[in-house]
Amino acid sequence: MKSHRFDNRKYSIGLMVVSVVLLYIIRLVQIQLIDTRYRNSADNNALYYRTVYPTRGVIYDRQGRMIVSNQPSFDVTVVMRNIRNLDTLAFCQSLDITQEFFDTRMADIRNRRKNPGYSPYTEQTFLAQLSFEEISEFREKMYRFNGFGITQRQQRKYSYEAGAHLLGDLGEVSKSEIEGDSWYVQGDVIGKQGVEKYYESQLRGEKGTEVLLKDAYGRIQGSYYNGEFDKEAVPGRNLTLGLDIELQMLGEKLMQNKIGSIVAIEPKTGEILCMVSAPSFNPSELSGRHRGEHYQELQARPDKPLLNRPIQGTYPPGSTFKTSQALTFLQEGIIDTETKYTCNDGFSFRGLRVGCHSHSSPLSLNFAIATSCNGYFCWGYYYMIGASKYGSPQNALTVWKDYMVDMGFGYTLGVDLPGEARGMIPNSDYYDRHYNRSWNGLTTISNAIGQGEVTLTPLQIANLGATIANRGYYITPHVVRSVDGEDTDTAYTNRHYVNVDKENYEIVVQGMRQSVIDGTCRAANNRDYLVCGKTGTAQNRGIDHSVFMGFAPMEDPKIAIAVYVENGGFGAVYGVPIGALMMEQYINGSLSEASQRKVEDYSSRVIDYGEEER
Amino acid sequence: MERRNVDIMGKLDWLTVLLVLVIMVCGWFSICGASANVENVDLFSFATRPGKQMVWIICALVLGTVVLFIHQNFLNSYAYIIYIAFLLLLLITIFVAKDTKGSRSWLNLGPVSLQPAEFAKFATALALAKFVDRFDFNPAHLGDLLKACAVFVVPMFLIVCQNETGSALVYMAFLLVLYREGMTGSVLFLGFCAILFFILEIKFSPLNFGDQPFQVGTWLVLTIIQLLEPLILWLMSKNRQLTLTVGGIGLGGMLIGLAVSLSIVPFKVTWLQIGLIVLTSAYIFFRAVKDMTHKYILVALFALGSVGYLLSVDYAFNKILQPHQRTRINVTLGLEDDPQGTGYNVNQSLIAIGSGGLTGKGFMKGTQTKLKYVPEQDTDFIFCTVGEEQGFKGSVIVLLLYLGLLLRLIVLAERQSSVFGRVYGYSVACILFFHLFINIGMVLGITPVIGIPLPFFSYGGSSLWGFTILLAVFLRIDCERTTSY
Repeated sequence: MKSHRFDNRKYSIGLMVVSVVLLYIIRLVQIQLIDTRYRNSADNNALYYRTVYPTRGVIYDRQGRMIVSNQPSFDVTVVMRNIRNLDTLAFCQSLDITQEFFDTRMADIRNRRKNPGYSPYTEQTFLAQLSFEEISEFREKMYRFNGFGITQRQQRKYSYEAGAHLLGDLGEVSKSEIEGDSWYVQGDVIGKQGVEKYYESQLRGEKGTEVLLKDAYGRIQGSYYNGEFDKEAVPGRNLTLGLDIELQMLGEKLMQNKIGSIVAIEPKTGEILCMVSAPSFNPSELSGRHRGEHYQELQARPDKPLLNRPIQGTYPPGSTFKTSQALTFLQEGIIDTETKYTCNDGFSFRGLRVGCHSHSSPLSLNFAIATSCNGYFCWGYYYMIGASKYGSPQNALTVWKDYMVDMGFGYTLGVDLPGEARGMIPNSDYYDRHYNRSWNGLTTISNAIGQGEVTLTPLQIANLGATIANRGYYITPHVVRSVDGEDTDTAYTNRHYVNVDKENYEIVVQGMRQSVIDGTCRAANNRDYLVCGKTGTAQNRGIDHSVFMGFAPMEDPKIAIAVYVENGGFGAVYGVPIGALMMEQYINGSLSEASQRKVEDYSSRVIDYGEEER
Repeated sequence: MERRNVDIMGKLDWLTVLLVLVIMVCGWFSICGASANVENVDLFSFATRPGKQMVWIICALVLGTVVLFIHQNFLNSYAYIIYIAFLLLLLITIFVAKDTKGSRSWLNLGPVSLQPAEFAKFATALALAKFVDRFDFNPAHLGDLLKACAVFVVPMFLIVCQNETGSALVYMAFLLVLYREGMTGSVLFLGFCAILFFILEIKFSPLNFGDQPFQVGTWLVLTIIQLLEPLILWLMSKNRQLTLTVGGIGLGGMLIGLAVSLSIVPFKVTWLQIGLIVLTSAYIFFRAVKDMTHKYILVALFALGSVGYLLSVDYAFNKILQPHQRTRINVTLGLEDDPQGTGYNVNQSLIAIGSGGLTGKGFMKGTQTKLKYVPEQDTDFIFCTVGEEQGFKGSVIVLLLYLGLLLRLIVLAERQSSVFGRVYGYSVACILFFHLFINIGMVLGITPVIGIPLPFFSYGGSSLWGFTILLAVFLRIDCERTTSY
């Protein structure tokens, strides 16, 4: 054979083949066994983690009535790639939108800067949170609009048009909320106010995930390993409130056309029975598609309906505060039940005068509470601050302040709602700064009658009523009774005992009873049970605020209440009758015919506040 | 010639048949994995690719069996006629074929489309075998060599005209056949050097040598030339004095220059290197004339030619090539990262294979291939599916199957008694080798992306039938070998 001399070239060729295969095996070792980068990229490529949203916990009132629940709402979605011969006119008509809106909305969806996750192959939201009615026409004609579809979501449903402030609302998470809690992503909803905000982590539940496969175009192709790696969503926990929704509705009705608050507490448990903030609004307004518009409308109003006045408004407590003074003076031994002070149409001493109405003089504590005598409490306060046993007015005021703080004033009570204000109890530093250390009981005399520097929230006033009803202790007022049947924090079950003896409380209770029998609270008297009360007429720049604090029944209190009507005049004008109706509704479960007529009367009364910002 | 009845069943190389069948079956399962959607498809429906491939495979087996009954004498006698017929078919295809993605290579025959280029391989192999089989063929003779090359360059040209450059490149495999038949190895050596220099120059040219004013790539190539120059000289002349002089002047001068540049005055050492190469080449010329031997001159020509080549590569790459061609080369060399453009295919292919790990994700469980991240995943990029679903183990098994097949074909080719049989056998082996080299190299990101199928594995009737005929013809020739030794 002529080519025998090239025979060993078969080895060169064989070697070439072997080396190429060897090289490729080495390469496979590198990319399949050593380098883990590719495995990670593969998962990023192909796996799509779709969040499954849990249903949010629902909210019941103390009677087990469902007051907040969920209802379906509908999003119109679009897959751009699938749009075929769209009849834009018919489409816009079916959704009641304009052609311009359609054009801008479609442009916005396609704009990757505004909508970074855009893909023409995946569902995009065209219109969000439509109601069943709003979607119905579109639903019928949908078969004509290729590429468009409907997805269902949930939004809040309110069974009663009441309790907006207390219940709060849901809104889209803000950037800072996302940064603060990695649970949230863009587009999620979060509790913005009230119980919805405070109990967000209990209500929201746990998100689930569905692991899906997406193809190179971002289209969903099915589930990964038949859902083996999916995580189910855990529904949010349900809340039961101490709230009585009927009482709340009555309160809101009574406060129509007025500005102010009603807070009622069950003294034994600290549960808030109602918390009315007037002016009020329908909670449904802040739910769903039109939340933004309604929110802005409410925000623009001069009477500030979004403010939750019972915990955010701080007011001079007026004469309701005298009960706390009586307790302090009794405990400190400044007065006893036999102590009598004079009142000549008020307190006059060294040129200072605090006015009072005319009544017999001198008078003892019981009668002073009943008639709400300014003179009596001014003398008591004067003697306390000047008492030699404290050494100085500063020390005396510190002791006084400690009593006030002990009763729940000056600091937030710790109610389970966001935004609680602390009010104001001045301390000696405060006066030292203002009066250059030269001050005494006279300088600060208005503290005695709940005026001057002292301010309280209506919740703190109601809590004072509850403490007196309990004869010396309170449980931190709270809205939520239980979360999914479990008791809440021990902070809402522990009794806080005020450092004042029970006998002294009994004396004040007697005074408040006297006030109802023949004092300023006569209008609160009821045949069925014994009411105790104390009016307040808080001076301010305009017409006085009308205040009432009371509880009933006297021996086994079921309800303690504070009513605060801004610029309502004497305590007896609005405070007492409104408080009386509220107590009757709660204790009897209904109102007598006469009382019902009164409800109509009071709810139709209008207080003119003008256009001034408040 | 006497017509004997050949005992096909007895003499057929069943090992080759077995290897090919196993490869076909592996290929079919991979196509199932690659074509499957997330919802499983009916594997045996003709509407789906696995179903169709099943039909192609059965047809291929029938076709292969039929081919086994064609006598070698017939093939030998009609080799040129078959060859010319296929050349005409290729030519006609250019004008008749519909434009599919820029390529004019598909002939539409009712329900099936065929690619004549896939079948022309066996015709070309036959013609080349017949040509080399001529008793007066001399591989050392340049004229004979060029004529032999013309046999495969003509169909190559026609296929390039069909815009199927990838398929055309496959015909380069015949060079390896000619090498076996005695073509000088320097052709392969020069080819190897050309590719090596090109890659080194392009890959390392953007890099400067430290803070020196010359480029690493150029320096590296020139240094290799300076090393090869005395080495080849030594192999050719065995003249120690000459070799040492040339090596000493060249490398010594370069090292001194490098030291000066690094420590005293930085300058372009590469220019010095070119000067030294010219100088040593001139010296070799001088010695060649003096010693009256032309052998040395080849060395000098090689050195000077390499320098010229290097300079023109630089020029061609930066001035002549289109930007997209440059990009494609750069991406292949790993110089450019372009995962969405040219590099997308390779990147996705590496992700798919890399994510397979040791054992793979399991049959029909691959996410990357199933979700169409890898383009052409059941044809040119079919090996991705193996890598992803069967992992390292499966990939190595497939590679070893091919290695076994190729080595077996070399053994079969070597045992042929006729030059015709051996050349044809090597043609088969080399074509398959070239396909394997380019296809898997491309999928692994080693060779450039050239769209050619993996033999017996990728989806497609034309390539499967083309390879079947190619191989079956050889198996038939092998059956008729005279068992003389």
